[in-house]
Amino acid sequence: MGILDYTAVELSEQIRTGKCTAIDAMEAVFERIGEKEEEYHCYITADRESALKKAAAVQRKIEAGELTGPLAGVPVAVKDNLCTKGVLTSCASRILSNFVPAYSATAVENLEKAGAVMVGKTNMDEFAMGSTTETSYYGVTRNPVNPEHVPGGSSGGSAAAVALGECFVALGSDTGGSVRQPASYCGVVGLKPTYGMVSRYGLVAYGSSLDQIGPLTKNVTDAAYLLEAIASYDEKDSTSEPSAERDFTSALTEDVKGMRIGIPKDYFGEGLDAEVKAAVLAGAEVLKKAGAMVEEFDLGMVEYAIPAYYTIATAEASSNLERFDGIKYGYRTEQFEGLHNMYKKTRSEGFGEEVKRRIMLGSFVLSSGYYDAYYLKALRTKALIKKAFDEAFEKYDLILGPVAPSTAPKLGESLSDPLKMYLGDIYTISVNLAGLPGISVPCGKDGNGLPVGLQLIGDCFEEKKLIRAAYTYEKASAKLKEATEIS
Amino acid sequence: MSKKYETVIGLEIHVELATKTKIFCGCSTAFGGAPNSHTCPVCTGMPGSLPVLNKQVLEYAIAVGLATDCEITRDAKFDRKNYFYPDNPQNYQISQLYLPICRNGRVEIETENGKKFVGIHEIHMEEDAGKLIHDEWEDCSLVDYNRSGVPLIEIVSEPDMRSAEEVIAYLETLRRLIQYLGASDCKLQEGSMRADVNLSVRESGAEKFGRRTEMKNLNSFRAIMHAIENETERQIDLLEEGKEVVQETRRWDDNKGYSYAMRSKEDAQDYRYFPDPDLMPVHVTDEMLEEIRAKQPEFRTEKIERYKREFDIPEYDIGIITETKHMADLFEETTALCGQPKKVSNWLMGETLRLLKENNADPEDIRFSPKHLASLISLVDSKAITGPVAKDVFEKMFAEDIDPEAYVEENGLKTVNDEGALRAVVEKVLTENPQSVADYKGGKQKAIGFLVGQTMKAMKGKADPGLVNQMLKELLG
Repeated sequence: MGILDYTAVELSEQIRTGKCTAIDAMEAVFERIGEKEEEYHCYITADRESALKKAAAVQRKIEAGELTGPLAGVPVAVKDNLCTKGVLTSCASRILSNFVPAYSATAVENLEKAGAVMVGKTNMDEFAMGSTTETSYYGVTRNPVNPEHVPGGSSGGSAAAVALGECFVALGSDTGGSVRQPASYCGVVGLKPTYGMVSRYGLVAYGSSLDQIGPLTKNVTDAAYLLEAIASYDEKDSTSEPSAERDFTSALTEDVKGMRIGIPKDYFGEGLDAEVKAAVLAGAEVLKKAGAMVEEFDLGMVEYAIPAYYTIATAEASSNLERFDGIKYGYRTEQFEGLHNMYKKTRSEGFGEEVKRRIMLGSFVLSSGYYDAYYLKALRTKALIKKAFDEAFEKYDLILGPVAPSTAPKLGESLSDPLKMYLGDIYTISVNLAGLPGISVPCGKDGNGLPVGLQLIGDCFEEKKLIRAAYTYEKASAKLKEATEIS
Repeated sequence: MSKKYETVIGLEIHVELATKTKIFCGCSTAFGGAPNSHTCPVCTGMPGSLPVLNKQVLEYAIAVGLATDCEITRDAKFDRKNYFYPDNPQNYQISQLYLPICRNGRVEIETENGKKFVGIHEIHMEEDAGKLIHDEWEDCSLVDYNRSGVPLIEIVSEPDMRSAEEVIAYLETLRRLIQYLGASDCKLQEGSMRADVNLSVRESGAEKFGRRTEMKNLNSFRAIMHAIENETERQIDLLEEGKEVVQETRRWDDNKGYSYAMRSKEDAQDYRYFPDPDLMPVHVTDEMLEEIRAKQPEFRTEKIERYKREFDIPEYDIGIITETKHMADLFEETTALCGQPKKVSNWLMGETLRLLKENNADPEDIRFSPKHLASLISLVDSKAITGPVAKDVFEKMFAEDIDPEAYVEENGLKTVNDEGALRAVVEKVLTENPQSVADYKGGKQKAIGFLVGQTMKAMKGKADPGLVNQMLKELLG
């Protein structure tokens, strides 16, 4: 068993007991990057020398007994929309292609405190706008299982890096499914925490009321540990929840007896791939066998989630992205005449197609005369979606469904039809609109060997239930798989 | 002019709040400082930075709202006002449109025509922008974000004013309220209070308002008066000529004494206001409201009534002393130390106001302490120094807040009460001024005044004038 086969928690145990060092782990990661990166392209920035230097510093602290936590010495990849002091933070956009922040995101600082060592910054859809990691200014990332396919997005670089062993764990951000969907496409675990659980300070905003930073990991245990490390109440983020419980690892128990799990019928209708449906329902069966009470129900409001999401997210994005104007930092057009022309050329040249499309959509829905008809209506719809979930959580502890309607599409397929791409977010976005936590765990493969993910959704700040069920599922399905292989 | 016209005026006043730190970050609001030295990722619009509301801003805004009889919005929100300009680092200003913190208030004003109420439409909180500096030599513009994020409240009145006098009375009343609260120093010249005037005219008796213009860049009460008169005339002239008033924003040029159009309504930008998702709704609890209410100071009207009861000084003095809280506090604290309200009032009404005027300063700029003024009063009372010496000492105190007792001691300014020394000087004065002596002896009583003056001059003011007078009479006797 090679060093890259360890999970993060196993690795830190190895390092703590002196069986290997943080430097060995980082060396192994960069060896893998050397082998795979050219083809898969998970990273925008990955500097071996500085990563090894940091690993050596952490190793000294571990040996001095100053770092004893479960992530000490673990190589971690960070999505390129999280600010990292002194390291390029481009959001995969030309407009920030020279932006080196003077501060780190709170989640990144928390990781450093825990002793995790950053490998580099992962590729993503430009400003997290996309579901395939194809809208990056720095080129596409490929699916680790089949390079003809996309890894999903927008945290595609992070998901692929975990799957390929180009890091042990990674951070992504999830505004409409950007952690869970690539996790599902790449066969790893992805967790989107409750809105307010992880500080957004230093996360370059896409849709501020929907964005959350979440872990992408090899298994549920790593996800719980990584979430515990990054989650904190942060005075610098007004939307950070002071009273939330942030102990997650205690939920790593195999116990779903009596847990009530609801399956929304609305999630299994038209548009869902048959193989995905079968894999997800088989997953539900596993939980049922483990003692959970599983039943179908009508969630409602599902068809309104996509229009509401694309109204709210683009409206916020159109405003959030105004600061990228070539004045203070980032790309500025070479030649211009006057201020207005500078803004226009800088932004026309600096943003990609998908980003411009969303800025225009967002500007439109906020403009005078349309605000009530679009934005305000979307906010009301959002409240109704939340209400539908609130009612569901009166009956159920968790909701179970697919992550995406299909497995990873081929490269180039999605961008040709943006509307179809938007529809692919149907199972993930309502979770963001309602501010809920959701997790994607691998639950099988389709006929082409592409991974399928199972989504569990919890009530606000009920991550522990989510983790407990996901952990139980992971263990039970592994045993099942083992048994099947033996027989 | 055949018809009679009425002017209708409403005001939008921006007041810079006196907080130590900015509205959404911990940066200093101190004036001056090298460009961009009072900045951080938040107030320079860096990617990923987030605003956090300064609670003091909310408290001040509520305090002003309570003082102007406003309804306080229990669940207020912040909105983003989107527009591109380099002084605005995020290219949106965080302000309040949909649910401002205060609404539906009023203040009572008084002019020669009597008392009336001016309605307050709303008060909202917002952030100031940075400052652009155009470098003519380098042909470029630079931006200083030290002002970016300095907290402001905007007080929007109803169109309830009908003359420049009412506007000034309204401004003075508001300014006094806010200064009493300590929420701002409200200096028009320095820009901590800025007023935009919305003005329209209509025929007397008409029910509908005329089309209005908004006047900007008014940096003094004088400029406001002047601009209102000028704009009223301009609009009436237009109407008289059968033309229409264009709804537009105009800029006042105080040197030239006229205004010019900046932008018309057609050019008005679509600010695409929407609730700022980075800030939680501001929930004002009962406790918070009670706490702020309890901290409200005694305002001028109540103070005047109390002074009338407690202090034996003329009503005229009370009026002037209570103009500013600083002056009133100074009066009360000094009086508490020396127990002589009339004397304290005399110093404030006389020398203090004179020196303030001479130095073009406001009562807020007074630096001397109540303790030192009390000590000066007691030096005069005990005849340790004379009136003229006291005035000199006061000037020094006004400038540098010196301790008068120590200053008098160090500079040997005590009154000479030594009869021997005084007699020698008086005798010398008599010898040097035989004509005056002769005049006095010839029955011209007034001549003694000149001799007293000469003696005081020779004593450099340090003699007791009564004693000099007595001694002269004795020697001339």
